[in-house]
Amino acid sequence: MSSPVVKLVAQRIALGILLLLAVSVLIFAGTQILPGDVAQAILGQSATPESLANLREQLGLNQPAYLRYFHWLGGVLTGDLGTAMSSGQDIATSIKGRLWNTLFLAFWAAIVAVPLAIILGLIAVRYRNGWVDKLISGLALASTSFPEFFIGYVLVYFFAVKYQIFPGISTVYEGMPFGERVQAIALPATALTLVVLAHMMRMTRAAILNVMQSAYVETAELKGLSAFSVIRKHAFPNAIAPIINVVMLNLAYLIVGVVVVEVIFVYPGMGQYLVDHVTKRDVPVVQAVGLIFAAVYISLNIIADIAAIVANPRLRHPK
Amino acid sequence: MSNELDYLSRRVASGKLSRRDFLGRAAALGVSATFANSLLSSAARAAGPVKGGALKAGLVGGESTNSLDPALMMTQVPFAFGKCWGEMIVELSPEGKLENRIAEEIGSSDDAKVWTLKIRDGVEFHNGKTVTAEDVAATLERHSDEKSKSGALGYMKGIETIKASGKEVVLTLKEANADLPYLLSDYHLIVQPNGGKDKPDAGISAGPYKIVTNEPGVRHGGERFANYWQGDKMGHADQVEVIVINDATARTAALQGGQVNMINRVEPKIVDLIKRLPGVTIRNHAGPGHYVFIMHCNTAPFDNNDLRMALKLAIDREEMLDKILRGYGSLGNDFPINASYPLFSEIEQRKYDPDKAKFHYKKSGHDGTVLLRTSDVAFPGAVDASQLFQQSAAKAGIKIELKREPGDGYWNEVWNKQPFCASYWGGRSTQDQMYSTAYLSTADWNDTRFKRPDFDKMVLAARAELDEAKRKAMYHDMAVMVRDEGGLILPMFNQFIDATGAKVGGWVDDPHQELMNGYALAKCWLEA
Repeated sequence: MSSPVVKLVAQRIALGILLLLAVSVLIFAGTQILPGDVAQAILGQSATPESLANLREQLGLNQPAYLRYFHWLGGVLTGDLGTAMSSGQDIATSIKGRLWNTLFLAFWAAIVAVPLAIILGLIAVRYRNGWVDKLISGLALASTSFPEFFIGYVLVYFFAVKYQIFPGISTVYEGMPFGERVQAIALPATALTLVVLAHMMRMTRAAILNVMQSAYVETAELKGLSAFSVIRKHAFPNAIAPIINVVMLNLAYLIVGVVVVEVIFVYPGMGQYLVDHVTKRDVPVVQAVGLIFAAVYISLNIIADIAAIVANPRLRHPK
Repeated sequence: MSNELDYLSRRVASGKLSRRDFLGRAAALGVSATFANSLLSSAARAAGPVKGGALKAGLVGGESTNSLDPALMMTQVPFAFGKCWGEMIVELSPEGKLENRIAEEIGSSDDAKVWTLKIRDGVEFHNGKTVTAEDVAATLERHSDEKSKSGALGYMKGIETIKASGKEVVLTLKEANADLPYLLSDYHLIVQPNGGKDKPDAGISAGPYKIVTNEPGVRHGGERFANYWQGDKMGHADQVEVIVINDATARTAALQGGQVNMINRVEPKIVDLIKRLPGVTIRNHAGPGHYVFIMHCNTAPFDNNDLRMALKLAIDREEMLDKILRGYGSLGNDFPINASYPLFSEIEQRKYDPDKAKFHYKKSGHDGTVLLRTSDVAFPGAVDASQLFQQSAAKAGIKIELKREPGDGYWNEVWNKQPFCASYWGGRSTQDQMYSTAYLSTADWNDTRFKRPDFDKMVLAARAELDEAKRKAMYHDMAVMVRDEGGLILPMFNQFIDATGAKVGGWVDDPHQELMNGYALAKCWLEA
């Protein structure tokens, strides 16, 4: 862990920040291209030219776009995301609760999904091409192939309606006891686990199998190590980089891509919040959420990169 | 046997027998669970409201962008929650009569231009202050402010001056309006301290529930307001909660799983499935809402009345009612009024007639296709309905070309802009309101561009007419005019389809809006 690693990491982070800035421009430009403006969206069917003009004036929509961009960027850098145009609430405050909910759900889904996927992947490799491997792969692929809403509905049907073990709606709120909260998110977390499981499992399996062709694995086998020890001690550490990559991608998905699951289970996360505000053309909120999502994606990718570097001796000790 | 059941159900209602025991005994007597349940609820009704418990509704129509400002209420969740915490000046009873709330008495001058509201004594706001005439006047002022974004602004503009003096509020109108009390029952006009001028979204009024939680797009909760002025009639449950469930399947599952006691907007296609579930009751009833195809009367080719008539005759209303609404609705007759309005009169039903349609189509001289824009958001099943329309019109030799528009932006870019599209109306409480909103030449929402000075005159004359019989005749003539010369194709009126769970008592169908005109949480109770 000497200076080259620190330099690499610093480079990654700097690149990430630059990327984020570029994304912020894109987000801002994108929201400007959307048809209709926020004044029209707020008033909806009840828009009259008169009230439209009033509202536009009030919301400051008459300023040129670049001015509004710098205003916004300045605010974001000082932690002020502005107020939602549609409801007049402070965006940072409303996002805080939502973001926390999203992270909470993603955390529990990940806690189950990641180890499960990796262990299943290891088992699949150990019994590769046998019936265990085929069963694991088959089930995991099937659960990924079903659309999320289908999995969600099946879970609701059995666990909420038929046997009533878990609640079918996962409304969580501030001050909810921890146990209740975990129980409330049991079904959405399960649905998410099933959705992301196969991707990580298959990647683990493929990456390890790749390494299994190497000479040193053969050597290890010839030494008489058991199949599992070979995988655990020799194959897995060398296959970790691609696995981390795919794990991070899936973690990012758990945070930014769960709108459908949120809707089905009525979970108050970021996805639903974003969709509501997109339809209302509430530009400040869409920008803020978009930026947060971008930041999550970029930082998880940086972590994946750094982890890959740290895990790889060749990158850690470049010649 | 029935005597015994009656006896048992009364015992349950009075709390001497548990519900489970009752159902067991009923089964032993060979009675189906559904029938036994209905027996129970009628016994409970007879026994009167039960106080206590937490009543929960899972509703579609809430977004994280919702605000507690009554002026901005538009969708179902703020509407229904508003009826829990808000108190109105006057309200419509389920029978369509006026029910005085904060106004104890409403009187008018003979020409219906000056109206006096006498404010009831001893009504208290949630913050402990007494409701005064000034508060009522300020509320009306705020909603009639040109700058305000109130959904009631359209009607409020007709009020010239608002004055509070002592216990009375005096309203002077720009033009006579016999319907003013009905306008004041608009759900936006929740009375707030000082009219909500200080903090519009403070969520304080004089309704049966005080707001405890307000998480827009997630849930809203209230607890019973101890000093509610008519606590014997409303506010039976200790707590009420609205949970926003925009997904139809999730809503049904929540009702089935017992997490909520009532839901709104059950889809017609699943009503028959839900009906069979034990404990669930479907509450469907007619209302003024309708699904429409609208043509701009001033835009070619729809500026030709023969073409409009051809299209009106080329739609198979019965098929549409049957396939789109599964019978949960009634036939439309190309004018926006049905029996849920006061002063409605029957007009001969227009039927599907391809031959006549062909005749008018030929007479119009139009050649080629007619472009109809449609979208999923126009009304539930709008795309399917448009296809049915296309097929029935084809049989009359009229080619309709369908263009499916994205739901996002439909109300900004298509509705009220394009000359022919699918849409819906929720209806209003009086005929005057409906015609003034969408059929006056000057109306912003005249989405059929029906601009007829003679019709405008009729609207104004009927508005000022205090003689009911004369008024009814006038509305009849107006309806005929819209039906035969307007740009409205109205194949069907939809019903409100709500559903309640096992223990909900006190439900009364209300034709004005879904969920008992929004009062289901405030007026129903949980049976013991």
